[in-house]
Amino acid sequence: MSNATHCSDRVALDLWHPVAVIEEAAPGLVHATRLLQEQLHYALFADGTAAVWRAEPALRIGDPVEPGMLPPALPVKLAYGYVWTSLGNPPAELFAIPEWEEADRRRLHAATMGVKVSAPRAIENFLDMGHFPYVHTDILGAEPHTEVKEYDVDISVERDEILATRCRFFQPMASTASSGGADVDYIYRVPHPFCSVLYKSSPVDENRLDVIAIFVQPIDEENVRAHMMLCVLDEDNEDKIIKRFQQTIFGQDKPILENQYPKRLPLDPRAETPIRADKSSIAYRRWLRDKGLTYGVIPAAA
Amino acid sequence: MFDTSPHRWHPIAASSDLVSRHVFHGQLLGREFAVWRADDGFVNVWENRCLHRGVRLSIGINDGRELKCQYHGWRYANRTAGCTYIPAHPADAPARTITNRTFAAVERYGMVWSAEQPEGEVPAVAGMEEGGQLVLRPIPLNASADRVVEHLKSYAFAPSAALDAQPVEMAVEGGGAFSVALLARADGAATRAAFFVQPVDSGRSVIRGMLDALPDGADRVTVLRHHNQRLTELRERIEREAARLPAPEPMQPAIVPVSAELAEMPELTPSGRKAALRVQVARKWQAAEGIAALELRTVNGVLPTFQPGAHIDLHLPNGLVRQYSITNGPGETDRYVIGVKREAASGGGSACVHDTLRVGDVLAISEPRNNFPLRRDAVRTLFIAGGIGITPLLSMALALDHSALSYRLHYFAQAESQMAFADRLAELKGNLVPHLGLSPEATQEKLRETLSGYVPGMHVYLCGPGPMLEAARAIARDCGWPESAVHFEYFKNTHEIDDSSSFEVALARSCVTLQVPAGRTILDVMREAGIDMPSSCEQGACGTCLATVIEGEPDHQDVYLNDAEKRSNTKIMTCVSRAKSARLVLDL
Repeated sequence: MSNATHCSDRVALDLWHPVAVIEEAAPGLVHATRLLQEQLHYALFADGTAAVWRAEPALRIGDPVEPGMLPPALPVKLAYGYVWTSLGNPPAELFAIPEWEEADRRRLHAATMGVKVSAPRAIENFLDMGHFPYVHTDILGAEPHTEVKEYDVDISVERDEILATRCRFFQPMASTASSGGADVDYIYRVPHPFCSVLYKSSPVDENRLDVIAIFVQPIDEENVRAHMMLCVLDEDNEDKIIKRFQQTIFGQDKPILENQYPKRLPLDPRAETPIRADKSSIAYRRWLRDKGLTYGVIPAAA
Repeated sequence: MFDTSPHRWHPIAASSDLVSRHVFHGQLLGREFAVWRADDGFVNVWENRCLHRGVRLSIGINDGRELKCQYHGWRYANRTAGCTYIPAHPADAPARTITNRTFAAVERYGMVWSAEQPEGEVPAVAGMEEGGQLVLRPIPLNASADRVVEHLKSYAFAPSAALDAQPVEMAVEGGGAFSVALLARADGAATRAAFFVQPVDSGRSVIRGMLDALPDGADRVTVLRHHNQRLTELRERIEREAARLPAPEPMQPAIVPVSAELAEMPELTPSGRKAALRVQVARKWQAAEGIAALELRTVNGVLPTFQPGAHIDLHLPNGLVRQYSITNGPGETDRYVIGVKREAASGGGSACVHDTLRVGDVLAISEPRNNFPLRRDAVRTLFIAGGIGITPLLSMALALDHSALSYRLHYFAQAESQMAFADRLAELKGNLVPHLGLSPEATQEKLRETLSGYVPGMHVYLCGPGPMLEAARAIARDCGWPESAVHFEYFKNTHEIDDSSSFEVALARSCVTLQVPAGRTILDVMREAGIDMPSSCEQGACGTCLATVIEGEPDHQDVYLNDAEKRSNTKIMTCVSRAKSARLVLDL
């Protein structure tokens, strides 16, 4: 376990990180959160802007604030329903999710869950289909339909992201809008070391895909807040029904993730035993290794 | 700091913690264990993480014979800790070498003892009779083991037969770095107590105590309460003292890396026809008319993990090598049971088993190989056995039966007296359907009836005499079964092998080109060139010497590949098959 009080990993410092849900923070007041072991404060304003700064004694949680009276601010972006910031020099743009702009979609913040696990373990679980029949029994999978069929994984150099395609899995109840079992198609993107975007067959329109994303906020190396975003085609169900479905799914993952040992993701190929179904996780671990990321992982032995 | 030697035995659980079908979470010197008792009584102490993705096995499911990981359903066998099934790839047999780390386990004084690399025996305590003592409730504390031992020396209690007596005379009778033996005397009564302190981690311990005698009925509860109260007070005293000092760093036990072979995608392991194991015939009996059963037990160590459908090579005293399927049910890992039919036209193999082998004989066998793996993702599984073909299918049926999966075992035999392993068959209850004394025509009719009603997701496994398998495969085809759902294993290859061709074989990965002349096999020629290749039956039936064809047209002469596989020209059995083209390129 690392005893460092601050993150010194350049790769992690320079990333954009989600730190707050826009719709849940009352405007004009100081709110607090943690990122990479640092205590941060933030505020949203009536004009739709936001500010994030390192916590200072002069401003306390709940104090009213205005844009003009703030300490030196950290970089800020508002995207996909969340406030994003960085403790280093972030890239100009955050990764794109073009579907977010499509007018007929429901855009929802489904849940934020605290999980005692490293951010990369949480992402790897999000990419994994083999656990559906065991962890999400009778929802995303059911025995005896346990096979993970062959799929393709690519690391796109120009986009710097992992893409897993041709993924299929038998699901008894893939979403709130589905009525029976079917092979469901998936595409997974990992455009950011701690974020992943999933595209799955829409039960209401066979030509389009629902989008479910996980944005992981690393509190420290072994604790995260996982933000779940939905961008789906569903005109019938109430928000709370759609949200509850995702909360159920993630609530099933949480105890498994919290029983993974070690909590940080081992990048040494000999730390764990991969099978063909783990192609995407093998690519993800290699991609993190090539980036030189050290936060939340156990680096491979030299 | 106390002695952290990995050689020293420590208690890690009470025997009563290992209740039926439970997995207990133990810890010693910072290392976590999954501790579980199988239905056969064996106590397993394993590293508490699944080799796949590190999830604790202590949250897994003990089904009495195997431990199933909660995350992906991987199954690990009782005793060997070898992985027997990976649900994500139901058609594949997992590499036998996917084996979790196991630790020693000894039960003594109502406790389970373990050590990373034990030396010597579990400590004996003078005056303590095995089995006669009262085990006290374990007391966990936030304090280091050495501190706890020091305090325990001044632990005071009353003799069990005189709990209210005053004064009590206390004496320290013995002890060591992790133990204290005490004697309490009062009013002519005396009770010995022994305490072992389990070093859970640098700053955490468990006091495990016992008394020399078991009081009766209501007295037992009173005695337990007496000690519970005093030990709780002792715990509070010790923890108050420990809390005033800085907490020691937790221990960091090293996780042993998996083998280099397992870290990569599985490849063929190079090995010839080897007999790595020595077993003893522990029992020999008549499993049915004309069928001898052998129970083989290891001479030393543990038998490797088997999966349903696996076979072993048996090296007989007369020099012959024969293949026999393992009939065991899941988790029955302390033995291999095989069934051998006396063949009228015996080449000397079955006659040797029947007439020569006796209990106590030591034999050489190969590790189990599984070229007939069982999928467990079928919506319904049919097993069709003819005669001695029951052996692999019995093991498969027992596995599905234990997991409550849907199956039927159709057993074709001449008479009830010829049905082997009646005791095991009885476990299958209504899922066993015997078909006795049928003529070849009636057999065909029954097969047609059995194989009608195919729905996607069903699988059938066939094992029996050649003509019956040919018929069953043809009927399955007629009934709409895809070839991928029809799995079969022949006893032997009865086709006449035509080895008159000569051709060239290029081994792509070895960068070698070899000439195979008439009269010799690809396998022979490769071996001569120093290229090792696993093999078993060497007559095109078992599937062990399979190679991938990159280029060229094979001349298939085996009975292992199905027709689609043969047509695809991508696989070859190197022990009997040859080339129609002038050249074959193999991925070896």
